[in-house]
Amino acid sequence: MSSGAFLTEHPAKVTGWRLFLKTVIARAYPRVIGQQRERSWMFFDIVLPLGGVIAYVLVYKAIGAPAEYVGFVVMGGAMTAFWMNVLWSMSSQLYWEKEQGNLALYIMSPNSMMAVLLGMALGGMLATLLRAIAIVLLGSLMFQVQYAVANFFQLLAVFILAMAALYGMGMMTASLFLLLGREAWHLSNLAQEPIYLATGFYFPIKSLPFWVALGASIIPLTLGMDAMRQLVFPSGFKIGFLSVGVELSVLLALCVVFLVGAKLLLAHMEKLAIREGRLTESRR
Amino acid sequence: MSPFAIETENLGRIYKIRGSKKEKKIRKELVALQDVNLQIEQGELFGLLGPNGAGKTTLIKILVTLLAPTSGRARVSGFDVVAEPQLIRPRINMVSGGESSGYGLLTVRENLWMFAQFYGLASKEANRRIEELLTMVGIADRMHTKSSDLSTGLRQKMNIVRGFLTDPEVLFLDEPTLGLDVGASRDVRRFIRQWLDVPPLLPGEGRGEVRRTLLLTTHYMVEADELCDRVAIINQGRVLACDKPSVLKQRLQRDAIFEIETSPLNGLSAKDLESLTEVRKASLAETEVGAKLDLILVEEAALAAVINVLSQKSVRILKLSKREPTLEDVFVDLVGRSMEEMEKTGDE
Repeated sequence: MSSGAFLTEHPAKVTGWRLFLKTVIARAYPRVIGQQRERSWMFFDIVLPLGGVIAYVLVYKAIGAPAEYVGFVVMGGAMTAFWMNVLWSMSSQLYWEKEQGNLALYIMSPNSMMAVLLGMALGGMLATLLRAIAIVLLGSLMFQVQYAVANFFQLLAVFILAMAALYGMGMMTASLFLLLGREAWHLSNLAQEPIYLATGFYFPIKSLPFWVALGASIIPLTLGMDAMRQLVFPSGFKIGFLSVGVELSVLLALCVVFLVGAKLLLAHMEKLAIREGRLTESRR
Repeated sequence: MSPFAIETENLGRIYKIRGSKKEKKIRKELVALQDVNLQIEQGELFGLLGPNGAGKTTLIKILVTLLAPTSGRARVSGFDVVAEPQLIRPRINMVSGGESSGYGLLTVRENLWMFAQFYGLASKEANRRIEELLTMVGIADRMHTKSSDLSTGLRQKMNIVRGFLTDPEVLFLDEPTLGLDVGASRDVRRFIRQWLDVPPLLPGEGRGEVRRTLLLTTHYMVEADELCDRVAIINQGRVLACDKPSVLKQRLQRDAIFEIETSPLNGLSAKDLESLTEVRKASLAETEVGAKLDLILVEEAALAAVINVLSQKSVRILKLSKREPTLEDVFVDLVGRSMEEMEKTGDE
C-alpha cells in the first residue's frame, strides 16, 4: 500500500439543490447503464410484450374488430412496459434496496430520499422508453398501423403528465411496499394482471361500465392511454372515455397527489422504520 | 464544540419482537442495549469488542441515525442522533463486513462514483480519489470489473474504499475484516491506522483541522488489540469495561495465565476446574487431538492442583505454556466464558 494525497486533503462537497441533482443523476445511472450491459433483457422486454400484442391483434382481426383496435393494442403493448417497470422496479425497489444493504446507505447519506426515488424513476423511465419505442415501431411495421396526430403538443403533454403521474405513483407505493416487507411480492403479482383489464391496455376504456372506468382512472395509464388514443388515431375521439382536456386536468391532479403523497409517505416510512429498526437488511 | 466525536448517555434500545403465529398479538421485548455510557474523543480509534449479538451493531445503527434509541441520548460530532440527524449524516460514513451494497451490473469505479455523488463530491474529484484509494488497497486493476464479478475479499475492499471516499469526520466500521484473508485483513488494518494518523486540513485557509475518528466493532481480539486506542468490551447490551487495551490487560497482570493442550478431556468440564479455589477462570476448546485449556489462576502454584485433576481423569498434557494476558483473557475474566464458546452455543 502507498500513501496518497487523499489522506491530507478534504474534498469540496456541494449541498442543496446541487446535491439533489447529483443524487438524481447518480441513482438514474445504474438503470440506464444496466440496460446497455444486459442486452438480453432488452430482447425479452421487447419480444415478450410484442408476443402479447400479436395475440390480441390476431384475435381482433379474427372477430373483425375496427382497424383502429390494432393500433390501440400496439400502443397498449408499449405502455405495458412502463407499467411493468413501475410495478417491479419502482414499487418493490425500496424493499430490494433494503435487502441489498443500499437503503441504509441512502438514508444515512446527506442526500434527500426523494432525489433517490426521482433518480430511480427517471432512470427507469428512460430505459423503458427505448423498449416502448421499439414495441411501437415493430408493432406498427408488422401491422401497418396508421397514425394521424391531431395535436402534437397535447400528445406530448399527455405523455409527460401520464409518465410523471405513473412514476409518482411508483414513488409513493415504494414506501408502502417497503413497510409491507415480503408481502410486496404478492402485491405486485396481485396488481399485475387485473390492471391490464381495468386500465384498458388492449381495448378502449369506454367499453367498461362508467364507474369501473372512473375507478380505474386512478392508475395514470388509464387516462393517459385513452387521451393518447384520442390524439393519434383518426376515429380515436369517438371511443374516448372523457375529453382530452378533462383527462389532462385529471392527470395533472394525479401528478400532484402522487408526488406529494410520495414525499409524505417517504417521511412517514423513514420515521417508522428508524423507530422500529426496519431500515437494514433482514440478516443484520 | 464538544471535544467528543461520539458521546452516549444511558443509551438503551429494546426491540419488540412478534411472537409465533399463535401468539401474534404478544410482543416480546429484547434488550439489545442497556445504559451505555461512552465518550470517544476526536482522533481516537475506538473498538467495540463483543460476541455476535452483544449489541455492537445496534449501537452503530443508532450512532449512524438508522435506528432510534428507546432510552438515553447519543451525540455524534456534537449533534443529537434523534433531533439532528441531517447535521450528522454529511459528517459520517459506515462500512459493514460482508455487505453487498451497490449494483452488480456497475463496475467498481461506477459503484463508488455513485455513492460519492450522494455526498456531493464533484465527479472529477470523486474519480481521482477512487483511483487513489483503490491503488492504496491494492485493487486498482479491478476498477473496471463489474462488482458482481468480485470475490468476497475484493468486494469488501471496495466497500472499505466507499467508506473512506467521502472523507468522513467519524467513520463506523462494523466488522470490516469479516471474510477477508489474513493478508487482506492486515492491509486493511494498516490502511485504517494511516488514515487516522494524518489529520487533513479543511478546504480554505486558516480553518484549522478536524481530527478523524473511527469506531470499529470486531470480535477479533487481535484486531482490537493491534489497532485500537481504547476498547469497550460489550456483552448482552452492556459495556462491561472500557479502557486502553494495555490497561485492560493489566487487570490480569497479577494472575498466572496458562495455555494447556491435552488429550481428550474424558468428561472434564470448565466448571470442574473452576471449582478449584485457585482457578479464577477456565475455558475449553476442542482441538483435533483433544482440547485446549485457557486458565487464569490466582497464582502459579495453583497449577499443581490443575495437573492433579487432569491426571485423576487420565488426561495427558501435551503442551503447557505460560503467557501474557490478552484481551481474550480479559473477556473471559469479565464474562465467564470465551467469545468462541459463546458463539458456538449461540449464547448472546
